[in-house]
Amino acid sequence: MTESSHVFTPVASRPPPRPVGGLLPWLRTNLFDGWFNTVITLLLIGLLVLALPPTVRWGVINAVFGADNAACRAAAEHGACWGVVAEKYRLILFGRYPFEQQWRPLVACGLMIAAIAMSCYRPFWRSWLAAMWVLVLALFLVIMKGGVLGLVPVETSRWGGFPLTVMLSTVSLLVAFPLAILVALGRQSRMAGIRTICVLYVELIRGVPLISVLFMASFMLPLFMPQGSTIDVLVRVLIGMTLFTAAYLAEVIRGGLQALPKGQVEAAQSLGLGYWQTTLMVVLPQALRLVVPATMNTFIGAFKDTSLVTIVSLYDLTGALQLALGDADWRKFFFEGQLFVAFIYFVFCYAMSRYSLWIERHLNTGTRRQ
Amino acid sequence: MSSQAPIIEFAGVNKWFGEFHVLRDINLQVAKGERIVICGPSGSGKSTLIRCVNRLEEHQEGRLVVDGTELTDDIKAVNAIRKSVGMVFQQFNLFPHLTVLQNLTLAPMWVSGVPKKEAEERAMQQLQRVRIVEQANKYPLQLSGGQQQRVAIARALCLTPKIMLFDEPTSALDPEMINEVLDVMKELAQQGITMLCVTHEMGFARSVADRVIFMDHGQIVEENSPEEFFNHPKSERTRDFLSKILAH
Repeated sequence: MTESSHVFTPVASRPPPRPVGGLLPWLRTNLFDGWFNTVITLLLIGLLVLALPPTVRWGVINAVFGADNAACRAAAEHGACWGVVAEKYRLILFGRYPFEQQWRPLVACGLMIAAIAMSCYRPFWRSWLAAMWVLVLALFLVIMKGGVLGLVPVETSRWGGFPLTVMLSTVSLLVAFPLAILVALGRQSRMAGIRTICVLYVELIRGVPLISVLFMASFMLPLFMPQGSTIDVLVRVLIGMTLFTAAYLAEVIRGGLQALPKGQVEAAQSLGLGYWQTTLMVVLPQALRLVVPATMNTFIGAFKDTSLVTIVSLYDLTGALQLALGDADWRKFFFEGQLFVAFIYFVFCYAMSRYSLWIERHLNTGTRRQ
Repeated sequence: MSSQAPIIEFAGVNKWFGEFHVLRDINLQVAKGERIVICGPSGSGKSTLIRCVNRLEEHQEGRLVVDGTELTDDIKAVNAIRKSVGMVFQQFNLFPHLTVLQNLTLAPMWVSGVPKKEAEERAMQQLQRVRIVEQANKYPLQLSGGQQQRVAIARALCLTPKIMLFDEPTSALDPEMINEVLDVMKELAQQGITMLCVTHEMGFARSVADRVIFMDHGQIVEENSPEEFFNHPKSERTRDFLSKILAH
């Protein structure tokens, strides 16, 4: 074949991929794709057939939903006793807070959750949001503590249940986050003194369990205070939790700082931006969005770690459950109580996890190659 | 031009990276409005040399005076110098989380205190200059390499610098995009701005440079007019280098 007589004949195009829709194609591609997947699918279906009926029988059909102790005892072994929740839910949710005043933690907690929900929405990320948080925290304190506006005073040691869980995790994370940023920046400082302090802080805190930190905050902090002055146990626990979470967050954020190409800082410097301008407008916005998944990991961990405050006699959600199960009539049904509490934790952790995915996608729009 | 004091003056400048002697006794005077191309093999210190001018690198010995200010540890003086020295990087280094327009207005607003509206007007003028106005509201990573580098040039120009530093501005570009960046640089050169340009684009050096500097092992080996430099290189090392990069 000579050069001139060569005619270009393209290979016939392949047909476009068939649109996959409907139940059967979906089943085939997802569940029965090859013999291995088919075997796995059948095994799992078999397991479900074995496990589902007894679970439904125990949890729904034979279960007792009313707060009827006698019925619960009669149904025990073959049915769940959700009566323990029906009977004790106020104690589980609000701990030792005075019974007739429990509308106050409900309102305060609702207020705080509303504030969190608002903070999740990016167009609201303005300076007024900080002012709103100061207001919300002040309102929380006033409503819970009372003593003004005709509200009966309630000691902080009686605060408990879910509002305590929400408050401890929210406040400690609000303070820990900026602190963690400073520590992460400090570890990269040119000044050896600052660097050493930050490294020592992170290593010391990470080297001990949260329980020890809480113990120390609770029992040792007062020893360092001037004689006669006392800090509220709640504040001491908050300080302990904040310091603990900040150490972990600082390492997460440092990972983000290190992942940033050096050229970004050089470009900012070459434009005459100072250290703080470079950090606030070029470095942090990029570094923080790199570590959204790891940050949320730490947040979820901190939320659940609040359950450790029971060891210094504060009754958060899990602690309040133990209080509720202190009743000899109902102690037998601890499993149902645990399930109820686990469900509450799961709902909030799952929400955080979904939000993390959403915000990650949202923040990266246009700033990463698709 | 020669009656004026030089806008950049290196006098006996030395620099080490640890044990490595990266700049050896550099003496160089750049007149206002002069266009200089610096070339040399990789690792010869040419990037380090221009990065000293806006103190992205610190020299350890000798004097370096830029626009009448000696570069020292005085951060305020350094930041003032950086306002009058624009820099374009090999890897563009645009801020990926900001739109093109925000990339351009960041420094005028926060360093020079220009109001937002005025900063945006100026930014649009600069984008006009590099012919990329229609991309103002896109993010950098949505642009091609050539477009990104032109945005980077516009960003540096927004502070109306007296000196522009180019650190291998076309080395990271696909071949068909090199010319659109060189064209913008040539236009800039005709407008009287002082330029220090590290590049291997010898066509650009021939047509634009007042002086070509050849560096090797941290030293300035040869400096001459482009005509002389390319046609009658004085040193053996220059001849060797030119034969390698002009061979094809």
